[in-house]
Amino acid sequence: MSDKSGSILVALAGQPNSGKSTIFNMLTGARQHVANYPGVTVEKKTGSFCLKDDRVELVDLPGTHSLTSYTLEERIARDFLLNDKPVAVVDVLDASNLERNLYLTFQLAEMDIPLVIDLNMIDVAEKRGIKINTQKLSQELRAPVVSTVGNKGKGKKRLKEAILSTSKKGQATPFRINYGDDLEAILDSLEKRLSEETEISTRYPIRWLAVKLMENDEEAQRLVMKYSQKSEIILRLAEEKREAFTMEHKKSPQKVIAITRHQEAQRIVEASVIRKKEITRTLTDRIDQVACSRYLGPVILVATIYLIYELAIVQGYKLTEYTWPALAWSRDLIASLLPSEGFIFDPFFRSMPIWVVDGTIAVLNYVPIFLILFALIAILEDTGYMARMAFILDRIFRYFGLHGQSVLPMVIGGLYVGGCAIPGVLACRGMKDEKARLATIMIVPLMNCLAKIPFYVLLIGMFFAAYKGIAMFFITTITIIIALSVAKILNLTVLRKKLSAPFVMEMPPYHLPTTGGVLRRCLERTWLFVKKIITIVILVSVIVYVLIYFPGISKERKTHYISQLDHAQQTFFKKIGKDNLYAGLMAGDNLMEFTRYWRDYKKAKMVAKSKKAKEAIDQEFREKNFEFFKIVKRGKYEVKGEMIKDKHAKKVYNAYKKLSKNTNKLRREIKEETIITSYMGRAGLFIEPLTRWAGFNWRVNIALMSSFAAKESSVATLGSIYQSPPGEKHRLEERMKEKEKGWTSLHVLAIMLFMAMYPPCIPTLLMVKVETGSIKWMLFATFYPIVLGTIIAVLVFTGGNLLGLSGMQAMIAFYILALILLVLMGLIKREPEFT
Amino acid sequence: MTLDEIKPDQECEIVDITSEGIMGQRLLDMGFIPGTRIKVIRNAPLVDPVEFELKGYNISLRHSEAKQVEVTLL
Ligand SMILES: Nc1nc2c(ncn2[C@@H]2O[C@H](COP(=O)(O)OP(=O)(O)O)[C@@H](O)[C@H]2O)c(=O)[nH]1
Ligand SMILES: [Mg+2]
Repeated sequence: MSDKSGSILVALAGQPNSGKSTIFNMLTGARQHVANYPGVTVEKKTGSFCLKDDRVELVDLPGTHSLTSYTLEERIARDFLLNDKPVAVVDVLDASNLERNLYLTFQLAEMDIPLVIDLNMIDVAEKRGIKINTQKLSQELRAPVVSTVGNKGKGKKRLKEAILSTSKKGQATPFRINYGDDLEAILDSLEKRLSEETEISTRYPIRWLAVKLMENDEEAQRLVMKYSQKSEIILRLAEEKREAFTMEHKKSPQKVIAITRHQEAQRIVEASVIRKKEITRTLTDRIDQVACSRYLGPVILVATIYLIYELAIVQGYKLTEYTWPALAWSRDLIASLLPSEGFIFDPFFRSMPIWVVDGTIAVLNYVPIFLILFALIAILEDTGYMARMAFILDRIFRYFGLHGQSVLPMVIGGLYVGGCAIPGVLACRGMKDEKARLATIMIVPLMNCLAKIPFYVLLIGMFFAAYKGIAMFFITTITIIIALSVAKILNLTVLRKKLSAPFVMEMPPYHLPTTGGVLRRCLERTWLFVKKIITIVILVSVIVYVLIYFPGISKERKTHYISQLDHAQQTFFKKIGKDNLYAGLMAGDNLMEFTRYWRDYKKAKMVAKSKKAKEAIDQEFREKNFEFFKIVKRGKYEVKGEMIKDKHAKKVYNAYKKLSKNTNKLRREIKEETIITSYMGRAGLFIEPLTRWAGFNWRVNIALMSSFAAKESSVATLGSIYQSPPGEKHRLEERMKEKEKGWTSLHVLAIMLFMAMYPPCIPTLLMVKVETGSIKWMLFATFYPIVLGTIIAVLVFTGGNLLGLSGMQAMIAFYILALILLVLMGLIKREPEFT
Repeated sequence: MTLDEIKPDQECEIVDITSEGIMGQRLLDMGFIPGTRIKVIRNAPLVDPVEFELKGYNISLRHSEAKQVEVTLL
């Protein structure tokens, strides 16, 4: 079927690792579009290419071994072929594994869509001494056969031509497997029966339907029920035949069909392939003898995980130091376009957009980390080591209802110190075991993401300064212990009914990844992330802004602050006196202008590190406004190579410094009052009676609640709640200690544990929504950590108080308790269920 | 005997698949059909899962899954 625009719809199918993605990229180049298949989380890639006057629209189907209705990927591939009715299917085969790949080819042929056979990896086949007679193969399969080397772009033109000519000519007599006399007779009678039903027989290929009914395929049965008037009769007929066949042959038709397909594949390979050498996997085998060995295997695995962590998180974080200035610059640029600030009150259309920009760049700041992470994941996938990781770790993870493949998402999420849950959740994609996949998605946010670290450091510095190392070890390992127990609990409760999948996992030969392939995938995923996240972050930070800054302080309080400001300004003018040469310069609106100049100058000076940079800034501000410059330099400046000491300017400087201190103090007071009286502040106060059991007062409540938009802001919010009194420059932990005299290390431990269990940030929740395809799971991922964190914090704080434990003792006691729970959870037996 | 009882480096031939449904279908799709020779390559470091070679490619199963495959030792 051609669509409106006149382009030809063609599907690309193939088994995993046949080089399907490579061929897709080879054919479509940059003209691609990534989306999801409707209602599910499987990526759907569409691309197009032109040949002469025709345009071909190519859809990349999920890579599958078969086309049953048991797995999501297979169902998607199948439904696309049935419902979207592409004009042709390109079947990508790994030529070095022809026999196994043909198994899928037969099933595609059964669907009555003209086939183009792409014998990919022909170079690998040749290297292994496999020579394929393509003419013979083409005869056998009754379809054009083109050999390609996907990663070298070889065979591109011939493949395109074959696709086009097949789309135009179709296929005269499609390839059919003979399933043996008895089964064929049954299929015949079913086909005859089905062809009497006009609706279903025009919609679906009836031979395919008959075969599927004999395979007892649930989806096929559903199709019959939906589109046939006499579905009951047909389904009963199929069932009777199936039973009779099984009785007679001692084998289900399902088994016989699979066996026949394999035998047919073997026959075709024997007829069309000349094998010069025996198959060897020597290199892969030799690597695996080490990489999967009893003792060295785990060591290599840990080293690999460490390397990922080091390269992506540590080095990537260093890289952000270089990208940050660019983000900060764009923030300043945006700020300069907004309405300008006031002395003490900033206009809404300034403070709100800046708040949003700050929240957005806080997330964008992590892009370098994502780039490295995604590249490393692509390398792990392409080389084939990913399968080995799952192989080695499956045993441990299975105790907790997870899968060997759960390890990578957890590492990325921050298994030890620092990670990010967003790519962590994204890395769960491709896990076949739905139950384990959901459990992994749910626990990845419990890992220690980068944004939680400053919070820990702050709190540990407050009350565990003497045991820094131990406390850090505690908080980073307790999260794994709790996460594994949580995974098991979820597995036994909410996930009980979810489908588990057999482990059955291919161990592909090791491959050298190509730079192009890795780069493409890494950029693609990063871009997807940036696009999705940014819109949501903007939206949510607007909401949080409103919650934190509204309804705002009352009119009376506002007049109060304004009169205080007036007072401070009058004092300023009194101090400099009427005769001061600069009195006129400062009068009226000029004062505001000078204030801006002063703030900009201070900020620029703070950022500049080297002496040279400082001089450059001086030069810049001197040119901007020389009169103002004289003042900010305290009256010491150069004119024509001569140093001048300007007493008047110095006087203004001193007076203004006092004024600036006063205005800053007012600004802080206003901010504090705004936050306290805001919706969120009221909520923090409101729940204080409850959170007191966990040791949280309303200030902590506010800080914790505001972290929801992005955890980066937790320390910043604490910073504005616990402000230093003017003139003193205490560090935040000292200020907090000062204000919270009643706190013990138990308070801090409870807060830290709550933060460890903190609900995922908005971008992560969005990823959860994307990857689970459900709002319900997203909400679950939001609320269960709050409940869990509250329980733990209350347990530690109230329990610790009752027992009279110190923070350190409570820490150890809780650790032991968690370990016991972990062991108990691991011991609970769980039978895998597949149906 | 069943496939999970075979030790590394031993070879055997598949007699039958005893499970139905998704597990049985998955094994059939991956080429676990009667008459196929299959070699045990290695156990994972913690014994489970286990890696096999059949028809020129390698695949790993958990022991509980390998139990569904009936074999005779060669
Ligand atoms: N030697 C060789 N490698 C290939 C060929 N086609 C693809 N590859 C590589 O095989 C690996 C898997 O390819 P990919 O397209 O991701 O496979 P998919 O799972 O079918 O999508 C990649 O590392 C490719 O670079 C080929 O024709 N020859
Ligand atoms: Mg692919």
